Amino acid sequence: MSEKASFRTSGGVRGWFGRQPWYVRAVVILVFTVLAYLLPYAGDVPLIGPQIITEGVDWPSALFNMSYYVLLALGLNVVVGYAGLLDLGYVGFFAVGAYGTALLTSPDSVIYADTGWKWLMAVPAALVLTMIAGVILGWPTLRLRGDYLAIVTLGFAEIIRIVATSTTTLRGDRGFASIPHPPGSWNGEPIFGVTDAIPYFWLGLTVIILVILGVRNLDRSRVGRSWLAIREDEEAAEVMGVRTFKYKLWAFAIGAFIGGLGGVLFAGEQSFINSQTFVLQFSILVLAGVVMGGSGNMAGAILGGVLISYIPDRLRGLSFGDTDLYEYRFAIFGAAIILIMVLRPQGLIPSRRRAMELKDREKEVAPQ
Amino acid sequence: MTEPHQETPEELDRQNARPVDEAAPTGGSAAAPAAKSAPAGDVLLEVDHVTLRFGGVVALNDVSFSLRKGEIFGLIGPNGAGKTTCFNAMTGVYRPTEGAIRFQGESIVGKKKHQITRGGIARTFQNVRLFPEMTALENVMVGADAHHKTSVISALFRLPRFWREEKSGKERSLELLRFVGIAHRAGDVSRNLSYGEQRRLEIARALATNPTLLCLDEPAAGFNPAEKEDLLQLIRRIRDTGVTVLLIEHDMRLVMGVTDRIVVLEFGKKIAEGTPAEVRDNPAVIAAYLGVPTDAA
Repeated sequence: MSEKASFRTSGGVRGWFGRQPWYVRAVVILVFTVLAYLLPYAGDVPLIGPQIITEGVDWPSALFNMSYYVLLALGLNVVVGYAGLLDLGYVGFFAVGAYGTALLTSPDSVIYADTGWKWLMAVPAALVLTMIAGVILGWPTLRLRGDYLAIVTLGFAEIIRIVATSTTTLRGDRGFASIPHPPGSWNGEPIFGVTDAIPYFWLGLTVIILVILGVRNLDRSRVGRSWLAIREDEEAAEVMGVRTFKYKLWAFAIGAFIGGLGGVLFAGEQSFINSQTFVLQFSILVLAGVVMGGSGNMAGAILGGVLISYIPDRLRGLSFGDTDLYEYRFAIFGAAIILIMVLRPQGLIPSRRRAMELKDREKEVAPQ
Repeated sequence: MTEPHQETPEELDRQNARPVDEAAPTGGSAAAPAAKSAPAGDVLLEVDHVTLRFGGVVALNDVSFSLRKGEIFGLIGPNGAGKTTCFNAMTGVYRPTEGAIRFQGESIVGKKKHQITRGGIARTFQNVRLFPEMTALENVMVGADAHHKTSVISALFRLPRFWREEKSGKERSLELLRFVGIAHRAGDVSRNLSYGEQRRLEIARALATNPTLLCLDEPAAGFNPAEKEDLLQLIRRIRDTGVTVLLIEHDMRLVMGVTDRIVVLEFGKKIAEGTPAEVRDNPAVIAAYLGVPTDAA
């Protein structure tokens, strides 16, 4: 037992949480989950509520936006945070998921006559497609390391976007319309309608919870250890018997799968996608979110995903004197990132390990 | 003191309690018993006329020797003699230009590093290469995972194989940490371990892959005499568990004190082979280390 206790010795909130018996932890997790599901009604909370919600954007829609950004951040965290593979083209997988859904379900699609599927039927197919895309990208490129991999993945995202823009099958700017919404009805009314975004947020949140559980299971296993070992010292990992290529490929495929989930949800809610949706800045934004929140840590990635979506949405409709703050959103956002990176280089909620590393460095440079 | 290799492990351990200076064999009579105690016959690893060139540089030139099961084998030589190159060829990092390397009768040339590891050859690094942000236990568990079969699916859905292997892997890893004497640091991030602890952790991690042959690349580098003495004992205890040990080392006293047989390299060539006593009296070896010109070199 003493050996077990010694695994969790970090201080702060996480240290406290780790020391609690399982039922306390279960209650805490349950409370947070319920609160998360109640977020669409945050505006009804007196005093604090109106400060939190976005004024210029429908609050539930803003929450749904956050949910797919969080999904993307979680997926990218597996690739960048755990396995240490710098992927700058992550939006490519988001695009493949969304386009896969569109091709199978939209009346604008050339194969609509053959498929004409409902949203739910298209989901598994689109996800398999993104995983295949992940493997296709990973297979030849994962022999590259560091910056070289980053450049190739950057190219991948651009190729996807350019193909989407210029091929007739993928319809470029015209895009795909009438992508069906998720199924289900309540009292004769469809649950996933056009006006109310709350069900979409709940769906997104449920998917996020499932993804968190899945990634957590992988992290605390041979798979997660292999990823960390690869991130720390790839050659030493291989010499210790880790099949580095296989696990890097798995990291890519799992990251692609989660990104694809985001794309599938996005397509199901928006009902319309075109090539303008998947610009490169999207990839950079998600990566910024992961790094800002705390690379290698799911809580950090989630917070990062929330912030990159929330900050611009919150600024919409706000004005300072005569200036519309929304026009300056990227400037404000950039300043926020710089500030965070200066004050907290390990991210807002750093991974336990990374925080320790930085603390060590501090000790090294501190005057004796 | 003249016949250390003939004695039982327990007696050896007792002898090792003495300082290194004393433990170093002093007489040529150690030679004969050494040959007897090493279970002659079973060749574990065979380096067969291996040549390795990097462009125009010949790092290894027609080197041949073989390791027998259950012995502690030393590979020595002055700086730049090709020890680490040889070592890297044996663990799959480099591919020999010519010649063959056979492990348990099977060629390992061209095999992947992780295949060689799972085949039974484990190694440590000259400069410690742990996974610094993982805990000591996690480091060892990476080694233990080499023989696990938990797939992504069984980890994701927590299938029975996951629980079984996770439990046995953890127990075995803790046991190995105890074996090398750093069990109390199991939960600490490995970068926070002291240098000596890190060296031991690296050995534990290598042992976790369940090797038949353990290759140690200058494990005593940077150690003080007391630490070297502890290391000697550890190496003997590893051998006593049935693992063959290949030792690359600068420190002649340490090598002479622990090995059964030695091969000496100089400028990529084998210049001597034999028991510690034989090697020490070999004029070519003396020349290589002291720089006296001889015909043999």
